[in-house]
Amino acid sequence: MAFEGLAERLQGTMNKITGKGKINEADVKEMMREVRFALIEADVNLKVVKQFVKTVSERSVGQDVMKSLTPGQQVVKIVKDELTNLMGGEQNPIQFARKSPTVIMMVGLQGAGKTTTTGKLATVLRKKHNKKPLLVAADVYRPAAIQQLETLGKQITVPVFSMGTDQSPVEIAKQAMEEAEREHNDVVIIDTAGRLHVDEALMQELKDIRELTNPDEVFLVVDAMTGQDAVNVAKSFDDTIGITGVILTKLDGDTRGGAALSIRTVTEKPIKFVGMGEKMDALEPFHPERMASRILGMGDVMSLIEKAQENVDEDKAKELEQKLRTQSFTLDDFLDQMQQVKKMGPLDEILKMMPGANKIKGLDNAKVDESQMGRVEAVIYSMTLAERENPEIINASRKKRIAAGSGTSTQEVNRLLKQFEEMKKMVKQMTNMQQKGKKKGKMPGFDAFFK
Amino acid sequence: MSFFKKIKNKISGTNEAVAEKFKDGLTKTRDSFTSKVNDLVFRFRVVDEEFFEELEELLLQADVGFETVMELIDLLKEEVQRKNIKDTTGMQSLISEKLVEIYNSGEEVSSELNIVEGRLNVILMVGVNGVGKTTTIGKMAARLKKEGKTVMLAAGDTFRAGAIEQLVVWGERTDVEVVRQAEGSDPAAVIFDAVKAAKKRNVDVLICDTAGRLQNKVNLMNELEKVHRVIGREIEDAPHEVLLALDATTGQNALIQAQTFNEVTNVTGIVLTKLDGTAKGGIVLAIRNKLDIPVKFVGLGEGIDDLQPFDPEKYVYGLFANGLEMEETEDEENETAEDK
Repeated sequence: MAFEGLAERLQGTMNKITGKGKINEADVKEMMREVRFALIEADVNLKVVKQFVKTVSERSVGQDVMKSLTPGQQVVKIVKDELTNLMGGEQNPIQFARKSPTVIMMVGLQGAGKTTTTGKLATVLRKKHNKKPLLVAADVYRPAAIQQLETLGKQITVPVFSMGTDQSPVEIAKQAMEEAEREHNDVVIIDTAGRLHVDEALMQELKDIRELTNPDEVFLVVDAMTGQDAVNVAKSFDDTIGITGVILTKLDGDTRGGAALSIRTVTEKPIKFVGMGEKMDALEPFHPERMASRILGMGDVMSLIEKAQENVDEDKAKELEQKLRTQSFTLDDFLDQMQQVKKMGPLDEILKMMPGANKIKGLDNAKVDESQMGRVEAVIYSMTLAERENPEIINASRKKRIAAGSGTSTQEVNRLLKQFEEMKKMVKQMTNMQQKGKKKGKMPGFDAFFK
Repeated sequence: MSFFKKIKNKISGTNEAVAEKFKDGLTKTRDSFTSKVNDLVFRFRVVDEEFFEELEELLLQADVGFETVMELIDLLKEEVQRKNIKDTTGMQSLISEKLVEIYNSGEEVSSELNIVEGRLNVILMVGVNGVGKTTTIGKMAARLKKEGKTVMLAAGDTFRAGAIEQLVVWGERTDVEVVRQAEGSDPAAVIFDAVKAAKKRNVDVLICDTAGRLQNKVNLMNELEKVHRVIGREIEDAPHEVLLALDATTGQNALIQAQTFNEVTNVTGIVLTKLDGTAKGGIVLAIRNKLDIPVKFVGLGEGIDDLQPFDPEKYVYGLFANGLEMEETEDEENETAEDK
């Protein structure tokens, strides 16, 4: 049920269009429909989508898309460029006050991850900016919210200012400022209670804290999984309190995170950090381009293509393609392939860049064992040329010899041969499918190589 | 009698207060969505392609999700054609009727909790981070206690800082015992102990909290599976309920959440939390449509009794209450003499 990315979606439309020779405005319109679907499925707000599609479609109709040989890819590129632009090209660092302390306020809905992010932010400030932060526990409503911050403070050895749950958050903030003065903390991070943007009393309380502490940064903490409502939330918080930036949390999940675009468009405030995990140092600067790829479900294809271009020998690739078609693919070619892939860099990184890789369950945690590749190489090197051309001739005694020669076991030799056989089958299926013009299936057994 | 009236009567017949609560909790939801539907009906007058397009957009903005919206629109178009409906009056009730229909199209599943007297009933609460699992457990404990059941809680979230304390506070508020171990201990062990303790004390319901986890974290999902297994080993057929807490503000990812948690723990119901904001939680329609998991409760506020059983008709009633009131006043105008 994982959602199709934009590229896959466009593929369908493209298949209809190819063969026409030229594409017209109606085709572009059709493609824009797919763009719209893809963005909605990524949880980008509908109004934002509309505006966005309009911009993209103007660019597409006018430009080279219609003349291009690969209009689908052109559209994807335009969409991605526009997305990246919209999300703010440059990275946006924290604004520090000229006169210490710098005050940072954390606001947001319940369960967005304010307290956890407060701890992470303190870690970043201490490690990367050499600051001495003070955390302020101003969430007096949720049970044990103060304990949560205190525990985090202990974990990262950062002091936490708290006054229990009987004081008003405004009073706590006030006293915390004095405490920071006394203890010479140069950053004060105020963790406020989660609240609904429609709760007027609680929003007023945030306003009061803001007025009192005059913060340099007010961060709206938003769950990356938020749906269409993200715009309402962001707009309300921005209108009532005035935010200076956004922190997107839980981005280590598999959500597309279209909320990022919605919020950015509505508030025009920069996204400054993203939460990428449960550990205290899992807070990273925001990269608009990566976010754009993610929203489109593309994987980091651009860098993958760049890497491939750098490393893959074009003639060899053509030769290989021919072999695949005629099914004269041998273990030698297999070895060749492996070496080419290896040149591109660590395998698990490459896998992550692959579009659709996020759909393969467990790939996040998959550790590709590079030494395993070395063993496979050794096994193939221990074969005679005849054996490599024609693996069918490998009988029990040959297997024993190969195992001894490569320092592996016959089981390993068996496994490689079986996998190679499976791969050939798969390639056969794929080429058959392509000839029939059917949609390309998944690649079964591909990951079996890396287990 | 109009569809709305039927629901209204059904609700007021059962429990006026609950219906009110739904209405209150959904005020924001309703205001934005219903007024838009009304506006739409008013503006168009005629049911045409454009009308459907705008309706489609409304539903998409409620996070209902693309495929389910398409299905609904197709259903509506069919109906409109069949009945030869030309103008938009009465479309509100048709829309809500179809919404309920889509929700009910799955297998008939009771939204009641599977609690049987005379045995230890185990409820396992699962979900991603920050959706409100612990809060829901607190509210649910209060609810079950009010019904006269003895309840015990298990602090199975040993990971997040302060999670155990949070549950303990809820335990104090509701006067319910909480089985706990130190932070960082094995959650399966905590749950195991809790099941043992619950058996010994003869309680009716044991509610197990678990740490929030993103569904794509394989290790954490394995851990959850282990917890599930441990419960099943101690008591046959347990856990009797696996409730997935879903944040109403969550978008399309909720579908993947439901799917993955369902694979690992066999989810029996959904608790839709934070429905008192402006978010509509429309994704539950898609979840029900695609995965056949019913919504059992909704969280409508922060108070201890703001957890209410889910009733699709009430949910839709909440969404369309404005429409209902309008229709009613019209009716009343027509038949004032008889009534008063």
